[in-house]
Amino acid sequence: MAKVLHPFAGFRPATVIETPRFFGQNTQTGTKGTSVIELENVAYSYGGGELFSELNLTLAPGSFHFLTGPSGAGKTTLLKLCYGELIATSGQVRLFGADARAMDRDGIAMARQRIGVVHQDCQFLDHLPLAENVALPLSVAGRLSEAAGNLGDLLAWVGLSEQAAQLPPQLSGGERQRAALARAVIMSPDVIIADEPTGNIDWEMSQRLLTLLVELNRMGKAVLVATHDMNLIRAAKAQVQARVLRLKGRRLQAAGADL
Amino acid sequence: MLGLLRLLALLTGDPQADRAVPPTGFTARLTLFTAGAMAFLAVFALALSLATGRLADRWSAELARTSTLRISAPADQMAAQTAAAVKVLETTPGVASARPLTDDEQKALLEPWFGPDLPVETLPIPRLIEIVEDGDGYDAAGLRARLQAEVPGAVLDDHTRWREPLVAAANRLRMLGFSAIVLIAASTAAMITLAAQAALAANAQVIKVMRLVGARDTYIAGAFVRRFTLRALTGAAVGTLAGIVAILLLPRADAAGGFLTGLGFQGTGWLWPLVIPPLAAVTAFFATRAAALRTLREQS
Repeated sequence: MAKVLHPFAGFRPATVIETPRFFGQNTQTGTKGTSVIELENVAYSYGGGELFSELNLTLAPGSFHFLTGPSGAGKTTLLKLCYGELIATSGQVRLFGADARAMDRDGIAMARQRIGVVHQDCQFLDHLPLAENVALPLSVAGRLSEAAGNLGDLLAWVGLSEQAAQLPPQLSGGERQRAALARAVIMSPDVIIADEPTGNIDWEMSQRLLTLLVELNRMGKAVLVATHDMNLIRAAKAQVQARVLRLKGRRLQAAGADL
Repeated sequence: MLGLLRLLALLTGDPQADRAVPPTGFTARLTLFTAGAMAFLAVFALALSLATGRLADRWSAELARTSTLRISAPADQMAAQTAAAVKVLETTPGVASARPLTDDEQKALLEPWFGPDLPVETLPIPRLIEIVEDGDGYDAAGLRARLQAEVPGAVLDDHTRWREPLVAAANRLRMLGFSAIVLIAASTAAMITLAAQAALAANAQVIKVMRLVGARDTYIAGAFVRRFTLRALTGAAVGTLAGIVAILLLPRADAAGGFLTGLGFQGTGWLWPLVIPPLAAVTAFFATRAAALRTLREQS
């Protein structure tokens, strides 16, 4: 099993731990060598107006994309299209090769089990302890017993072992973001989608979260991050080959160094 | 059958899913109270149905087995016509026995209307002959024809005109009881549906999080359905127990009490109330499941 540096090596006593065992255990196949999420000539209209159109995007396994753009350009909407919460007005969104429009509700739910989502306003079940919140995807997938042993490793990996029994309202902003990331990756998803994951936390914590995302990307996960934070993008590009996309004027463009 | 299997799977279901939905005091109390109150009423509706059923059967059986011959004749011919009528009856197939009522028996019959001091012997009161039928009964039309020829003052009353409306009334009361049970079940379903919808609306955030992590509608609905089904089962069990106790506390049936004091259960009829809690649970299961799946569809 591969050894990786603890992503919080500068935050906690320096140590070397194993990558949580469940990473790479996702047995669902069919995406290797192909795109995990693909948008083709997608348009989305809202409230009578077209938010964007003719939008094309391919997330391949192991790819890392940043999505930028002005507020209201439709970044969050685009992410929602990527994990099936919204259906495109026209064009085709393929989740793991299947047309999202043709998928039934159970199909969308199954696809979401392969997509880890992190929101800026991390939402949890406030009446459950952190550990149970992080394990919620396992519970939903009926895999709680087989993977529960790995929960401790994951919480240690994101530096939240001591907060395992705390309720979400008792956590700080940074702890909530790390908990959301832990929940997003516990099923060893094929793709991680993060919407402004560093919006509510300081720079130091942003760096730690970025390190986590980079580590996950190195494990082969596709990563798509919507952010305004150009410093975060620059920091990421120093560590990983990331593409930057800009959503502007109802179109998706390559931006920055990708121009 | 599929529904029952689902119900069993639900009751032994996923406790982790159950924990995902936070306890909701208002809907919990509403469901418990509704199920309990409805079960209490259902016990009485059931008792009414069973009591009226017994009444209908008893009236039908008792009145069908007997009839009355009334002889109106001048006083000097009364004894002769009575004897002739008895002779005719004794030779009629289907008549097990025929017996003229004594003066005292006739007086007792009239006493509720005329008081105890009625001088029956001085009044031109018809003589009544009680006829008890055997297993197959007699041919009423043939008997009337014979009596018309041999005892001109005799009028045969086979109780049909009394029996039919009484039995019809009792049967309608029984139907009323069953209709009340159906209405109670429907009201229970409606109340639980409202409570489930309120719980789903109050837990929109929970549902959003569960969807985000890939929960299917059936998984989310299951957490609510399981909770409401168990609440309905618990509430109905308490309500049924209270209803049974109330029935036990009713006054005992006696000759003067008539129908109302006969309200209750007899013999194996006491087992019927035990059906109410599972029935409430099944009602809650389907009502909550339908409400939950519909609401989840609308929320997406």
